[in-house]
Amino acid sequence: MTINLDPKTPQGDLKDKWDKHKFESKLVNPANKRKFTVIVVGTGLAGGSAAASLAELGYNVLSFCIQDSPRRAHSIAAQGGINAAKNYPNDGDSVKRLFYDTIKGGDYRAREANVYRLAQVSNNIIDQMVSQGVPFAREYGGYLDNRSFGGSQVSRTFYARGQTGQQLLLGAYSGMMKMVSKGKIKIYNRREMMDLVNINGKARGIIVRNLITGELERYAADAVLLCTGGYGNVFYLSTNAMTSNASAAWRCYKRGAAFANPCFTQIHPTCIPVHGDYQSKLTLMSESLRNDGRVWVPKKQNDTRKPAEIPDEERDYYLERVYPSFGNLAPRDVSSRQAKYRYDEGKGVGPTKQAVYLDFRDAIKREGKDTIAGRYGNLFEMYERITGYNPYETPMMIYPAVHYTMGGLWVDYNLQSTVPGLHVLGEANFSDHGANRLGASALMQGLADGYFVIPNTLSNYLASTPLEKVTIEDNAFKDAEQAVKLQTSKLLGVKGKRTVDDFHKALGLIMWNHVGMSRNETGLKQAIADIRKLREDFWKDVNVPGEEGNFNLELHKASRVADFIELGELMALDALERKESCGGHFREEYQTPDGEAQRDDENFAHAAVWEYTGTNSSPIRHKEELKFEFVKLATRSYK
Amino acid sequence: MSSQNMSLNLKIWRQKGPKAEGKLVDYRVDNVSPDMSFLEMIDVLNEQLVRKGEDTIAFDHDCREGICGMCSMTIDGKAHGGFKNTTTCQVHMRLYKNGDTIVIEPFRAMAFPIVKDLTVDRGAIDKVMIAGGYISANTGNAPDANAMLIPKPIADEAMDAAACIGCGACVASCPNGSGMLFMGAKISQLALLPQGKAEAPKRALNMVQVHDSLNFGNCTTHAECEATCPKGISIEHIARMNREYMKAAFTYYEKKNAGGGV
Repeated sequence: MTINLDPKTPQGDLKDKWDKHKFESKLVNPANKRKFTVIVVGTGLAGGSAAASLAELGYNVLSFCIQDSPRRAHSIAAQGGINAAKNYPNDGDSVKRLFYDTIKGGDYRAREANVYRLAQVSNNIIDQMVSQGVPFAREYGGYLDNRSFGGSQVSRTFYARGQTGQQLLLGAYSGMMKMVSKGKIKIYNRREMMDLVNINGKARGIIVRNLITGELERYAADAVLLCTGGYGNVFYLSTNAMTSNASAAWRCYKRGAAFANPCFTQIHPTCIPVHGDYQSKLTLMSESLRNDGRVWVPKKQNDTRKPAEIPDEERDYYLERVYPSFGNLAPRDVSSRQAKYRYDEGKGVGPTKQAVYLDFRDAIKREGKDTIAGRYGNLFEMYERITGYNPYETPMMIYPAVHYTMGGLWVDYNLQSTVPGLHVLGEANFSDHGANRLGASALMQGLADGYFVIPNTLSNYLASTPLEKVTIEDNAFKDAEQAVKLQTSKLLGVKGKRTVDDFHKALGLIMWNHVGMSRNETGLKQAIADIRKLREDFWKDVNVPGEEGNFNLELHKASRVADFIELGELMALDALERKESCGGHFREEYQTPDGEAQRDDENFAHAAVWEYTGTNSSPIRHKEELKFEFVKLATRSYK
Repeated sequence: MSSQNMSLNLKIWRQKGPKAEGKLVDYRVDNVSPDMSFLEMIDVLNEQLVRKGEDTIAFDHDCREGICGMCSMTIDGKAHGGFKNTTTCQVHMRLYKNGDTIVIEPFRAMAFPIVKDLTVDRGAIDKVMIAGGYISANTGNAPDANAMLIPKPIADEAMDAAACIGCGACVASCPNGSGMLFMGAKISQLALLPQGKAEAPKRALNMVQVHDSLNFGNCTTHAECEATCPKGISIEHIARMNREYMKAAFTYYEKKNAGGGV
């Protein structure tokens, strides 16, 4: 099988491409929209906004979520904010600058046209969310307030206390609820997508598991939108929610959707450190804290003094030292790596030494406790609840943790995957963040895809594609359902000794040690061998109690972990083949003398796009060459 | 931090399904670190049950950072354990001591039928939201975000109300099983903001009507909801909801067959 990796980027000047594309797209007549049904899997910012917008246009939307309500998708946990190029603070921002910062922040591994479009629609997102009643922070004059985020020198981040993701998601959810009341969206909650159904080479439906009854259900449609988020939970410990998983995307991969840049994962620099092996997840402390917090470690190795007892001259404010122009607001990949270097040098702090300080002493002295509480009060409370320490009195301890995945299913400019009719939105696709995502850009991308991109590009697909009538009695549905049943009985039939979490933790450890913040050839080869062994052991020794026909949480976890193990191997393989360092992908063999990432634009200015070829055969690595017509490739410097 | 690990006695509500009879079952968990979260402690217990080949305890949870509203549980008789501004997932074991007995039940409310063990069905919350918990602003209609000025105190108060995570602890802690706090918070948020005023009367009437048609009780100002709410939402929002409702009940008029509108 050959796959078509034509990005379908419109011709013309960067700033005209999107308008031109919209004009050239075919439209569906308003009266005909009601004849089409669209499946939207996931109800985060991408899925929620897509479902609401498509329903407003008149399409019939079937919306699926894994939680008990669409309002709980993990977009809700984003704290800091959302970027837009409004230039309200008059500090020199523009669409072009947001575009440029995003391309540069992604270390020149994203498609120019997609990123420019993202910057263009960013302003509409803020307008839209305000009109839906999202209570963004405001100044006394009633105007919207902005703050700064890493990787940028302008203040372009809009926020709603430390709960921006929650407020935006509730905005999208309320839009959905409005369309539910009008009968245009049907919500299927507590459903997990188990397979994609293709008929005549086009995505025409899905198989889902009803998590409460355990039954498999079939749904048919004219197009499928996958908005299922990222795969950070491959690492077991991450800032993702407990049910965030890769299975929907992975099963689409097995049905022909190519997977791009799986090794591009983001390790966020400011998370609460790991404290024990029983730990189930990691908690992020918003990057916005770096606006006022200063990151430091003691200059001396193994310094056991309390932080307050260490005088200023014996502290190493290493981000300010190494990156004087960006300081504590250096981008995420760079900041994470610097924290790891301090740990490697024996300068880490806290009981496990895997931590650095984030100190608000100077900000409190300068601005007063009340001002700082106004900005970060709820984050400080959360920190204290989890750790038992009060950050007004003693510095926070933070350490990097897996947070976001830039890789994902490959999509063209229309957000369509290599399977016609299967569109992929938000974190689940690979398109906009290259090798590293800037803070406050995930919310922007999810909403851009759902509100402003897909309503335009989907109409073009529906208007220009012959769509035969299909029903859920079609053989393709029966076969897909049968395959899921088979896998379920296999999982229940192993009756081994190790728990599902045992395997997941073992996978996480392999990934963190070899496919984490710093990677090398030997380690990656080791990881691949270890993961293959783990996969064998899993199918011989996993213990999944209970049966299929009920609310069996261990079974749900088991099928997700089976997919994580396979995806983990692909991530390691992708990291091995990308013989350069860029963004979050740091290969120790490829670094500058001062320890920064060294790109190889001659050989690796492409997206690596993987094609599935079977359970026991190697996937094929294709390339989508990235053409940079409007920005000059430069070494990324934050010094 | 103390590194003294604890042993705890748990009494947990087990119920196979919505119609099955349930009962409290005794469990013992050893080696509980004070740094563990409450749900991690349950994870440890569930791992023990898997190893013994027993059915694990079903409970709802997702983000485990206090924002998704998925976790529930009544701990020692109180929704989310009754700790100030804290969801179940953010309760940490350092709040307990060695030898404690903890009683864990599902959220208890007529409107939230039990699905299994500690999992309940909170679909009624969505039903109330569908009745009007939104501003009808279709994508593409919006004017510039700064075209409408909203004074900071109003925006802040709207944000206080908007912080609701829809967990349902207010319902579970109310002697009447009322949903007035989560509903009041939404009505209040949208009535405070200029964007939400156009639909405010209709919203208040519709939401209250649907709320009352489900298995929620009325508010009799016990304020248990405010004390339990993990986001500290004040019953002032119930007062504002009542004002909105009264105003609308007396003045709202929609001409039939005239294309709607206020």
